Amino acid sequence: MIKQFLNQEWKQFFRSSYWQKSVALNILMGFLALYFIVVFLALGISLYPILKKQFPESDPLIIVNGFIFYWFLADLLIRFFLQKLPVMNVKPLLVLPVSRSKITHYVLNKSVVSFFNFLPLFATIPFGLFLINEDYNTTSVIIWIVLLTIFTLIINFLNFIIESKSSETELSFLPILVIASALFALNYFEIVSFSSILSKAINSITQNPVLLIIPVAILIGLYYLNYSIIKKKLYIDASLKKKTQVATTTDMAWTRKFGDIAPFLQLDLKLLWRNKRPRSSIFMIIIGLLYGLFFYPNPTYKDMVPMFVFVGVFITGIFMINFGQFIPAWDSGYYKLLMSQNIKYKEYLKSKYSLMIISAVALFVLSIPYVYFGWKILLIHFAAMVYNIGVNSYVLLYGGSFNRKQIDLTQKAAFNYQGTGAVQWLIGFPLLLAPILIFYLPYKFISFEAGIATLIILGTIGIIFHQKLMKFISQQYLASKYKMISAFEQNT
Amino acid sequence: MIKSTELSKKYGSNCVLNIETLEIPKGQTFGLVGNNGAGKTTFFNLMLDLIKPTTGYIINNEIQVNKSEDWKPFTAAFIDESFLIGYLTPEEYFYFVGELRGMNKADIDTFLDQFQEIFNDEILGKKKYLRDLSKGNQKKAGIVAALIGNPEVIVLDEPFANLDPTTQIRLKKLLKEIVQNSNVTVLISSHDLGHVTEVCERIVVLDKGNIIKDIKTSEETLKELEAYFSV
Repeated sequence: MIKQFLNQEWKQFFRSSYWQKSVALNILMGFLALYFIVVFLALGISLYPILKKQFPESDPLIIVNGFIFYWFLADLLIRFFLQKLPVMNVKPLLVLPVSRSKITHYVLNKSVVSFFNFLPLFATIPFGLFLINEDYNTTSVIIWIVLLTIFTLIINFLNFIIESKSSETELSFLPILVIASALFALNYFEIVSFSSILSKAINSITQNPVLLIIPVAILIGLYYLNYSIIKKKLYIDASLKKKTQVATTTDMAWTRKFGDIAPFLQLDLKLLWRNKRPRSSIFMIIIGLLYGLFFYPNPTYKDMVPMFVFVGVFITGIFMINFGQFIPAWDSGYYKLLMSQNIKYKEYLKSKYSLMIISAVALFVLSIPYVYFGWKILLIHFAAMVYNIGVNSYVLLYGGSFNRKQIDLTQKAAFNYQGTGAVQWLIGFPLLLAPILIFYLPYKFISFEAGIATLIILGTIGIIFHQKLMKFISQQYLASKYKMISAFEQNT
Repeated sequence: MIKSTELSKKYGSNCVLNIETLEIPKGQTFGLVGNNGAGKTTFFNLMLDLIKPTTGYIINNEIQVNKSEDWKPFTAAFIDESFLIGYLTPEEYFYFVGELRGMNKADIDTFLDQFQEIFNDEILGKKKYLRDLSKGNQKKAGIVAALIGNPEVIVLDEPFANLDPTTQIRLKKLLKEIVQNSNVTVLISSHDLGHVTEVCERIVVLDKGNIIKDIKTSEETLKELEAYFSV
């Protein structure tokens, strides 16, 4: 039975068109996983020597145990946002002659082989080897490693319980944040010192292996709690049901001012606000706006003016790039409607263009406080905005005509690379790097002002030839119309 | 009104549609029937210029659909759920389509009044997005949206599927009314022989992309069709 299940998982993974199309992306994800593995390995290897050097008097193991509580909290938080129990996939199994308890066990056991659970081993095992090397009791060290693995699994199952409980509330991420910060605060202000309690517990367990039975009991308890929760919910009107939102209707009468493109603009704004994935590009704005703080106050970058151009383009263009690179894939779900309705491509594209330039201007205005770091920065931001409006926006729209990746708007936002193809990666570089080069040459050989002027002139040329460029871009879209329709129809 | 000439669609060596000539006069209610893979949806997709014909072309009111976009203002269609915008409420969706067809909010509100019966209080004012409606209700919204703005050509793929019996009957009545009171050309496809014979003046049977029968509907039509399909 289990073999069957696993076989299906395997097929699901490799037969999805998503996998087949974007091998490059999977390689990237692989690298990301590898990166984390290396980081944890490095931590495990370097931890002992570093602690020994910094705190020669203390026992490194004791210090590490003191921090387990924080790791516990952080891991719980990270998992809450990234790890989901994959219950949705079992829907077709419900009517087959497989017992519900078997399905439940399968779902739970599958979660054990998650990458999250293996990651800590890359740190604990090398650290443990160091300890053994330093004449710690081998059995105690092995017990310590086993104990931490049990902890990881406890976090794993605890997370699912918290998730299932909090998903019933309106703001599902609130409970975990409250619990985590409460625990942290209690510990921090030493009202209840969890970190020392946990540390003591770990120490006594490593001394006395029989006590290992307590965490194991907790783990089994949590497993069965999960089991009963999931088994109860394994009905299509319970956890397998997709959540429905209460719809809010908005008029957005103010968009009327934009004339012909008003209906599309309304549609785009609703698209942005009502779907998780595009909504994240709104939140990216905040990150983008703060990006300057990372560079400007830092004396290392003081003389790297071309770098500031990069920051300027990034700040004024963050929304443009985030949103623009997935035109027209955002509309892939109803692309056939748009293609058969009374719509001219030009108007459709103009609406996207307007949204992008509005964002660039708005972000420039919001970035004005950066003038605190000098007038030059304001000037750079202005030039970057003009360049974004006059050049990058068209590049993005043009790149969109090569877009063949469907986006399912109902999917989650974080770590979702659906819709990302080679085009997005190829286009990203010229968008951010080209302006640096364009600025750098006149800046190096003539002056700062010449560099700024070059960017502004290029942008202005783009704005002047707006009609011509849009016509050209619309033709590109028309030419690839059939290909896009058929590509967007394929589910990823 | 609609004329297709030497129309064919091939995927590789697999020919999914091959129609020498098909002419649908203005004001006709035209029904396409056929088993799965007969080419019904392919024909509609070609008519809406959503796929490219391998050979031939379709002319809609003197406009060749894959050459010019000018057929769009007088043609409306509902093929499948991909014609719905999931994150809009039904009202917003109707307003959006209305806007594209030159009708303002008030126009749409009056227009929607006549569908109270079909909507059965499950579509409007429910504070639900289209993506959260049931399949049947989604279909209702899609069909009604295809009627917005007095189109001269209406294309509906499987309009009766997924609908409850009451709505099926109401929809049949509605389609008959539309054709009677105006000069609208309606193209529908269906798997339900009873429904098409009831609604359509003319029925074309497709099989593996070829026209097998072209019948002017009469008393005997249903029997004839049943006899053909019961093989």
